[in-house]
Amino acid sequence: MPLRKDIKKVLVIGSGPIVIGQAAEFDYAGTQACRALKQEGLEVVLVNSNPATIMTDKAMADKIYIEPLTLDVVKRIIKIEKPDSILSTLGGQTGLTLSMQLAKEGFLDEHNVKLLGADPLTIHKAEDRQAFKDTMEKIGEPCIPSKVVETVEDAVEFAGTIDYPVIVRPAFTLGGTGGGIAYNEEELRDISTNGLRLSPITQVLIEKCISGWKEIEFEVIRDSKGNAITVCSMENLDPVGVHTGDSIVVAPAVTLTAREYNMLRSAAINIVSELAVEGGCNCQFALHPTSFEYAVIEVNPRVSRSSALASKATGYPIAKVATKIAVGYTLDEILNQVTGKTYACFEPTIDYLVVKFPKWAFDKFVYAKRTLGTQMKATGEVMSIGTSFEQAIMKAVRSIELGIDSMNLPKLSKLTDEELLEKLHTVDDERSFQVYEAIKRGIPLEKLHEITMIDMWFLNKFNNMVCLEKWLADGELTEDKYLTAKTYGYLDSTIERMSGQKCPLRKRAVYKMVDTCAGEFKAQTPYFYSTFDEENEAKQFIENNDTGKKKIIVFGSGPIRIGQGIEFDYCSVHCVWTLKEEGYEAVICNNNPETVSTDFDTGDRLYFDPLTKEDVESIIETEKPYGVVVQFGGQTAIKLTKHLSDMGVNILGTSADSIDAAEDRERFDEILEKCGIPRPQGHTVMNTEEALKAANDLGYPVLMRPSYVLGGQNMIIAHSDKDIEEYMEIIMRTMIENPVLIDKYMMGTEIEVDAICDGKDFVIPGIMEHIERAGVHSGDSISVYPAQTLSKKIQNTIIEYTKRLSLELKVIGLVNIQYVVYNNEVYVIEVNPRSSRTVPYISKVTGIPMVDIATKIMLGATLKDLGYESGLYPSADYVAVKVPVFSFEKLHDVDTMLGPEMKSTGECLGIAKTFEDALLKGLVAAGFDLKREGGVLISVRDTDKPEIVAVADKFSQMGFDLYGTQGTQSYLNRNMIATSLVNKVSDEEPNVISLLESGKIHYVISTSEKGRMPARDSVKMRRKSVERSICSLTAIDTARALANVLMTERTIDDVELVDITKI
Amino acid sequence: MELFNKGDKAYLLLADGTVYEGRSFGKKGTVVGEVVFTTGMVNYQETFTDPSHYGQIVLQTFPLVGNAGINDEDYDTSKSYISGYIVREWCNTPSNFRSQGNINDFLVNQNVIGIHSIDTRSLTKKIRECGVMNGVITTDDVYAKKDEFLGMISSHKENTIDEVCISKTAEYKSENSKYRVVLMDFGYKRGIKDSLLARGCDVVVMPYNSTAEQIKAQSPDGIVVSNGPGDPAQNKSAIENMKEIIALGIPVFGISMGHQIIALANGAKTHKLSYGHRGGNQPVVDLGTGRTYVTSQNHGYVVDTDSIDNSIAEVSHINANDKTCEGIRYKNAKVITVQFYPDMQGGANDTVYLFDEFIGLMEEK
Repeated sequence: MPLRKDIKKVLVIGSGPIVIGQAAEFDYAGTQACRALKQEGLEVVLVNSNPATIMTDKAMADKIYIEPLTLDVVKRIIKIEKPDSILSTLGGQTGLTLSMQLAKEGFLDEHNVKLLGADPLTIHKAEDRQAFKDTMEKIGEPCIPSKVVETVEDAVEFAGTIDYPVIVRPAFTLGGTGGGIAYNEEELRDISTNGLRLSPITQVLIEKCISGWKEIEFEVIRDSKGNAITVCSMENLDPVGVHTGDSIVVAPAVTLTAREYNMLRSAAINIVSELAVEGGCNCQFALHPTSFEYAVIEVNPRVSRSSALASKATGYPIAKVATKIAVGYTLDEILNQVTGKTYACFEPTIDYLVVKFPKWAFDKFVYAKRTLGTQMKATGEVMSIGTSFEQAIMKAVRSIELGIDSMNLPKLSKLTDEELLEKLHTVDDERSFQVYEAIKRGIPLEKLHEITMIDMWFLNKFNNMVCLEKWLADGELTEDKYLTAKTYGYLDSTIERMSGQKCPLRKRAVYKMVDTCAGEFKAQTPYFYSTFDEENEAKQFIENNDTGKKKIIVFGSGPIRIGQGIEFDYCSVHCVWTLKEEGYEAVICNNNPETVSTDFDTGDRLYFDPLTKEDVESIIETEKPYGVVVQFGGQTAIKLTKHLSDMGVNILGTSADSIDAAEDRERFDEILEKCGIPRPQGHTVMNTEEALKAANDLGYPVLMRPSYVLGGQNMIIAHSDKDIEEYMEIIMRTMIENPVLIDKYMMGTEIEVDAICDGKDFVIPGIMEHIERAGVHSGDSISVYPAQTLSKKIQNTIIEYTKRLSLELKVIGLVNIQYVVYNNEVYVIEVNPRSSRTVPYISKVTGIPMVDIATKIMLGATLKDLGYESGLYPSADYVAVKVPVFSFEKLHDVDTMLGPEMKSTGECLGIAKTFEDALLKGLVAAGFDLKREGGVLISVRDTDKPEIVAVADKFSQMGFDLYGTQGTQSYLNRNMIATSLVNKVSDEEPNVISLLESGKIHYVISTSEKGRMPARDSVKMRRKSVERSICSLTAIDTARALANVLMTERTIDDVELVDITKI
Repeated sequence: MELFNKGDKAYLLLADGTVYEGRSFGKKGTVVGEVVFTTGMVNYQETFTDPSHYGQIVLQTFPLVGNAGINDEDYDTSKSYISGYIVREWCNTPSNFRSQGNINDFLVNQNVIGIHSIDTRSLTKKIRECGVMNGVITTDDVYAKKDEFLGMISSHKENTIDEVCISKTAEYKSENSKYRVVLMDFGYKRGIKDSLLARGCDVVVMPYNSTAEQIKAQSPDGIVVSNGPGDPAQNKSAIENMKEIIALGIPVFGISMGHQIIALANGAKTHKLSYGHRGGNQPVVDLGTGRTYVTSQNHGYVVDTDSIDNSIAEVSHINANDKTCEGIRYKNAKVITVQFYPDMQGGANDTVYLFDEFIGLMEEK
């Protein structure tokens, strides 16, 4: 069937802020969806609260609402825009759930809105536990056998029917307390007795234990005609038990014979057909390692992280095809863009191996519980493509930016064999490295297989790498050895380090095409990966498709992590678009499968490869570009600058020397002095001794951080020698190449400016003011545009300083400057001559396409040419408030107290005519419940006590019941604010914990001198709030802002919704 | 170091004189054959044991081959029909609970000469662009003996069905016999027999050159004409023979080579595809329903759609990519034929419905 005639205007719901488990992949999917819809000539209305996305860009939709993703808001948008259809399956779980609620309530029918992409019955059958089980039973697809029981006897009886071991999961206990694995009846009696006792409703689930089974996934697409194909199979290196988002995944599945493969493929097609999915669907299976027994783990009838991975792994654009299916097309009518000849109704076949490697935040959250299980913890991932497993995994480990270039994790060498084996019994983020270390020490593979249940195939591949490394270290580095190591994916620098010798030659990579068909058909896709082989297809492609245009390479930002998120992909993609418009050939290099930048039709060519010096060198050798762009790819791309510059590559925009001048402490100080701009006093240190001396010279509190970092990694405010010692130890644990900076900490108002400079003139699209004072990382602060409290004089100083710095640093393109206003003086904290986290949001609210302008300037245009005057751009009619979003509930033991180290994973935006309304919207979008009654628990450190009084007073005036821990409570009472006393965590009940559990508390205001360590009372209190989904405020400024919003007595319903295309 | 699958040097010489240098695995020596590529990612064992590959040098486009080792459970013979094997990397530490050994030992056993560590993608593209060509894999010095090898290549002929088909009739009983089916063996793959047995058909496998009379003597309810290697048009007597077999009025199901022989017997023509259809992901449209199915295929020749006499037959299936003929329904007889493999052994099972259709034809009788 072609395009449905009854569809003219479609509402697309995005997935909202980036959180763990729902990340950039939905911007990729949503962007593809919007483009596919527009291609069909349909009008697109978009709603998404996340301003950093490409899908919320004016080019992507006709009407764009950056509004909270709540049911009421979406209903209002439907009433305003009157779309005839709503696309539900491209916006992650958020989009799907909202659509289903709208359908269930009858709202869609009432307003004549058709639900595209998902049938409510399909969703019910896939998501409702019982309905899913019944459906699977009906078509003979096995599920994991389980039963809810209320007595030990029933537990034993059921276990008898499914065989041991079984998992006991008590109902409604947090984090599965009281559960466990029982290997026999005796153990089951023990565990279930305990579990039943702990469960508040005396219920436990007895489930067959399948941990250790292989985890295999299939991505399926089905259309309304019933055509169904599998796009890709994937196999998790980590067996069942670890969330697939936290697993190393390979595609295609590698340890199956044709029989097992087809058994599961048939099962996937059966399931998708029975569910009558029209669009993409992910099917996860557990397969017994030594039999044909399998079980369906989960089915997701929508695009997902896995479908993004499958798309990038095969070149098959699942989201685009799913969208076309949603508007009426069938697979046999949709052209395969890759070949331009064949149709979407086929199964891709590939001639390489893909490895996905997760990126976790544990390098930042040193006290977080690193254990991996059924709750996903990774913030992002990288993908690598190679012609062997060894090559692909080597590429992956050097892409995840852990400071390693092989499977050897230096810190593991300190463990004894016993300690190492002990570690292997629990799964954490370093498991693959631990296994590798164990193989290196000669621990038998069979034993490792027994402990980890990782398939022998993978262990043998690791063993090959271990052998190669021993071979490299043994004797002369021959040409044969060198070339073997190259095909295994080792960098020259790694080979030289491992062999202790110079490489006998320098072999450069060649590039192969990703074409969905293993070379069977001539492909049009300019999508390449490197390998060490004969033929260089990229070179041929460039020769055969010579456009005569100049080529420019844009380096992307790698995996999504805290501090370097989707914003940088937004910038990279915009840069590419502008380059194309300006008549250049734009080439992208990146390694993140979740992003729009790695969609093969974003740039003129895509290199899906690691972003290290050598990898980049090979690309440059093949491309021979006119220039490269590094300023949009975050720290990942910036790090390449010096090397590229040394190679003689033309770096467009701000020069390598200027970037160095901004990052090198001494050089930067010189520039500040020259410009007459003050900064908080500080010192550069290399070890703990120097650090202590510097801190004492400056006087506590001081801010300490390693130089050359992003997102304030390992950055803290130290209040004492002990803090310095503790954190220096952590910093020194990872390789220390760059010095540590120690600065006087000034607790003033933080101001952030993004500017564009052409070397002569500069434009500031807007000045942002942070609600939280300096000390809370800018990424975690609520940021307000335009600045609300700055005097004209201060504002002028900021403009003047921005001008001086941009010109002195010879910025060509974007620059981000952070200031602190302290005692009416402006100080510079940091200058980053590159794009920043706030660029997408400021571009959207001011209407100034910052990246486009910066790109044109890099190519030689001037601001004057482009029609911009020097100085601050007039403020927009709207106030925009960016509110950070955290994923604390997924990261156990992480202290939620905000500080100089960034902790948020995403952000959303509130736009309104007034500051209060904008903040209200932002808070609602970020998931704040904004209850106007109940209890507020306050426990603040001494330095905050004077300030908390006014805030507490506001809550009190609104009729909230106030509770406080001893010091805070007596302080408030002394200041005439009635507060009830609560016992400390460690004291007897009723105490803070039991109060939080009682449900009486709706807000917690908690600050403490010390945090971080999970064992501390204050951390326990904050963690408990997260577990109970209680709004927890860890800065007085945030608490005050929230109280002010509550006092306006306005709700989201009172605030106008804004179509940003009209700004 | 043994671990690196290095092996001695081996060479692939193509008819156009191109030499690829790689490493030897499997048997050492020299072999000549038609070089074809197959795009399946998991079914290497299926490739070895498919008689339609008889005499060919097969190139696997997926780079990692033999990951799950070799087992003989899924195939009734562990015999390999291919003569030469080209892979990027073979797995010397296979992992699967049924694995009985690695593919190297198997190939040595089966006298298959293999070459690995070559740029298989560039070779695939070459075959795609130039069409299939003959070639030689050798562990001898290819440069010294180039002329001799090129001579071998130019005089090489496609192998005949006689070399793969059975010489004597064999019978297999189904567990729930309902029908009796003759399977004419042009080099049948086991999946066809298994699919019939699973549907209550006792299977009588007979040599491809059995006469109509011999077949009739078995009093079958239906006849399946199997797949097999080589150029269908060369089998002149089989084509003549087929006319009489169809005239028996017994339902006939032709598969791959069988499909081509039946078409030729009905006056249609066949021609060679530039590089064939080989792999597990070929999309085929059933023109009756409009549905597209993913099929497993292995053939170098196709029936010429224009040569089909529309008064007696019509095209029932086409390849979604190149639109070539993938199936024919005959109006003048109870005959259905398909170019792809409808069975599920090693491939997709989306089209097993065709067996049910064949059973339906036998029911009608």
